[in-house]
Amino acid sequence: MSATDPILQVAGLGKRFGGFVALADIELEVARGERLGLIGPNGSGKSTLVNCLAGTLRNEAGTVRFEGKLLDGAPAHLRTRAGLSRTFQLPRPFGTLTLAENLRVPILYAVQTREGGSRLNIEDRCRALLDTVGLADKAARLPKDLTQIEMRKLELARAMAAEPRLLIADEAMAGLSHGEVDDILALLVRLNEQQGITIIMIEHIMRAVLSFSQRLVVLVAGRKIADGDPQDVVRQQDVVAAYLGS
Amino acid sequence: MDISFDLLGNALVSGLLLGGFYAAVTIGVSISFGMLDIVNIAHPAFILLGSYVAYIMNSNFGFDPILVSIAATPLFYCLGVAIYHVYDVAFERRGDTALRGLAFFFGLLFITEVALTLIFGVDYRLVEAIYIGPTLHFGVIDLPLRLLVPALVSLAMMGILQLYLSRTFIGRAVQAVAQDPMALRLMAADPSRIKRIAFGLSIATASVAGAILIIIQPIEPSVGRDYIGRIFAICVLGGMGSFAGTLVAAIILGVMENLTATFFGPSWAPAVAFGFLLLTLAFRPSGIFGRA
Amino acid sequence: MKNPIFVLWLIVAALLTFVLARLVDNAYFYFAGYVVLQYIVLATAWNILGGYTGYVNFGIPAFIALGAYSTVVLHKTTSLPLIVMMIVGGIVSGLVGVGTGYLTLRLRGTFFSIATLAMAVVMQTLVTNWAFVGGSRGAYIIRPATVQYLGMNYIEYLFLMMLGLCVLSVGVARAIEKSRLGYGFATIRDDELAAEASGVPTLRLKLIACGLSGGFMGMAGAPLPYYVTYLDPASAFSLSYAVNTIAMPLIGGTSSWLGPILGAILLGTLQQVATVTISSAWSLLIVGVMLVVFVVAAPKGIIGWFWK
Repeated sequence: MSATDPILQVAGLGKRFGGFVALADIELEVARGERLGLIGPNGSGKSTLVNCLAGTLRNEAGTVRFEGKLLDGAPAHLRTRAGLSRTFQLPRPFGTLTLAENLRVPILYAVQTREGGSRLNIEDRCRALLDTVGLADKAARLPKDLTQIEMRKLELARAMAAEPRLLIADEAMAGLSHGEVDDILALLVRLNEQQGITIIMIEHIMRAVLSFSQRLVVLVAGRKIADGDPQDVVRQQDVVAAYLGS
Repeated sequence: MDISFDLLGNALVSGLLLGGFYAAVTIGVSISFGMLDIVNIAHPAFILLGSYVAYIMNSNFGFDPILVSIAATPLFYCLGVAIYHVYDVAFERRGDTALRGLAFFFGLLFITEVALTLIFGVDYRLVEAIYIGPTLHFGVIDLPLRLLVPALVSLAMMGILQLYLSRTFIGRAVQAVAQDPMALRLMAADPSRIKRIAFGLSIATASVAGAILIIIQPIEPSVGRDYIGRIFAICVLGGMGSFAGTLVAAIILGVMENLTATFFGPSWAPAVAFGFLLLTLAFRPSGIFGRA
Repeated sequence: MKNPIFVLWLIVAALLTFVLARLVDNAYFYFAGYVVLQYIVLATAWNILGGYTGYVNFGIPAFIALGAYSTVVLHKTTSLPLIVMMIVGGIVSGLVGVGTGYLTLRLRGTFFSIATLAMAVVMQTLVTNWAFVGGSRGAYIIRPATVQYLGMNYIEYLFLMMLGLCVLSVGVARAIEKSRLGYGFATIRDDELAAEASGVPTLRLKLIACGLSGGFMGMAGAPLPYYVTYLDPASAFSLSYAVNTIAMPLIGGTSSWLGPILGAILLGTLQQVATVTISSAWSLLIVGVMLVVFVVAAPKGIIGWFWK
């Protein structure tokens, strides 16, 4: 595929839980290197969408193509190996492993198994990654010794350790202070601008999403109701209604 | 094979009644595993405890086993509450239910069996009651009271529990905690307390189940092991927390087991339940009534 | 310490144990020692699945019995040496382990555990109804008197074989711990969802763990018919195997290869003493109580007392 083809193509994606329709008819295209924001009220299906893209859940309807290849029911670990990483809304560190070991895992399993995966110096890689998120001095500690924001940074670092080409950041800034939000924001922008990683940001913190996104998508009750320039989208009538009630 | 219809008919009927009894044995686990997500594999041990309590009262004082077991339900309830408390503090709060919580119940199962062996020995024990001997006859179909009474008691117990769960506040809170502990907390009810009550109830059912067990068959300490597979097969097949599902699944298992025992020999019966369980887990883990 | 050096130390320890046994020159020592060694292998095997990946296998008697009954079948139909029988037992058990895993591992861990319980009983029913291996009446196995080319009697030979199996299983367990596979196992135990998201092929690894765990248990069970000379389903599928195999790693400590060894030696010797002085039923009761106490009060096991 050429450099101008979209990195992610979602067509007609649908997901139900028993009788409940969580997602219906989702169409989405993400360009390589883009910064996409995804917002929507609680329960609109954002996390379900993330899980379907990442392979944690299987969508019944529609297709997902990553770099032109159909993902069709591929389990999460294959998608990560293919270059699609995600963070979890509530950080899920590996509790009995040190921070450095936490980062070791994606390197061992996602990076080293790729064709042409080099014999990296893993220790150095882990240290460098921890450095990027400012956790290098805690490399030998366990996740239970971390603060909330440190856990979120670890979560990001672990997703980055898999050397993704597309990163889905699921509410990575929830509950953080103003300054902490700026830290994470700066980190994500750096990843995008310096390493060309495409980023989909799911967030409730409006100022963060608006300043970060080149394009904004809005999900309400499992359907996409808006997709375009952030400033235009937030002024759209149905978007305003969804958040404030009509 | 020469299938006589008399034999088939009787096998079906007694299988049906047996299934009714199996429902009583399983209902406690429908609550603890199906609703509270606590894998109490020691449940058969508590049932056996109920059996031995009924046995002691019956052989020493001549009391009716079913009445004894009903009288003993408060004791069993307290036992359940105590055990849940330990489980909660030691495993649920530490998030270690999968490995150590499971091992905990396995340990309890084992300790109970060995302790019962030490106290009572491996001889078979049975009870005596007026309804154990007689059999009703309807044409070619025999209805042994020995099977009929337990099945009826089982249905009664399930009916009472179902009423409790759907009509009282605590009962509905139990159903709620199974579905959404967070919402329950918002309703100012303490999920821990509700779970404690529910687990206590689940062990209380073991008292009655134990009494009807020893009416149906003589018992000795290792009998509990046969029931682990049956209980969990029924629980899973029945769709976990659903009482109706439990009853249907129990009847299906009772009939299949009885038919197998009648036509292929009783030594194959234990495999039926477990075979059911493995097949259900492999192909339809949500059960008959569960949502796919 | 690099693994090859560790294995060398293991071999040294095993040889020293054998020399000690020769010096003591007491038949009881060999018999009792065999049991303890067997439990070291069983506990280590269980821990590969239970301690490392967090999946509890209750079907231990089934795997031991698979090994034991493979030997019975081979003994009646061929005259293969014990080592081959152990390998066959291991392969059969390993395959069954993978099969059980394949059927149930895509579900939650608790369903896997329940399924293993179920499998043990199904296996026992099948064996009890299988006339070729003696059914419920059991099978008699004639134990050869001596092993000529080694110049020792058969019990000493069995003891030696079990020592070898200990070295193999502990060596493998430790090798896994320090390897990429070990990290994968640990993430499955810690958070399976996050493991998948980090690129770990969780199903495949769980199947590997099942195969290794079941395989070693089968290898441990393979010499059993020669040890007991009379094998019947009731004793082959004895619940005491299940309790001990689970209790030993949980009491010793599940986080490393050392835990199962500590647990096996401690509980194994405790039980031998209790069986001789009180009764075997009481010794089992003690094991059960210790299991519950440790699991509630000392979740990290004995290892947790000495290493933080």
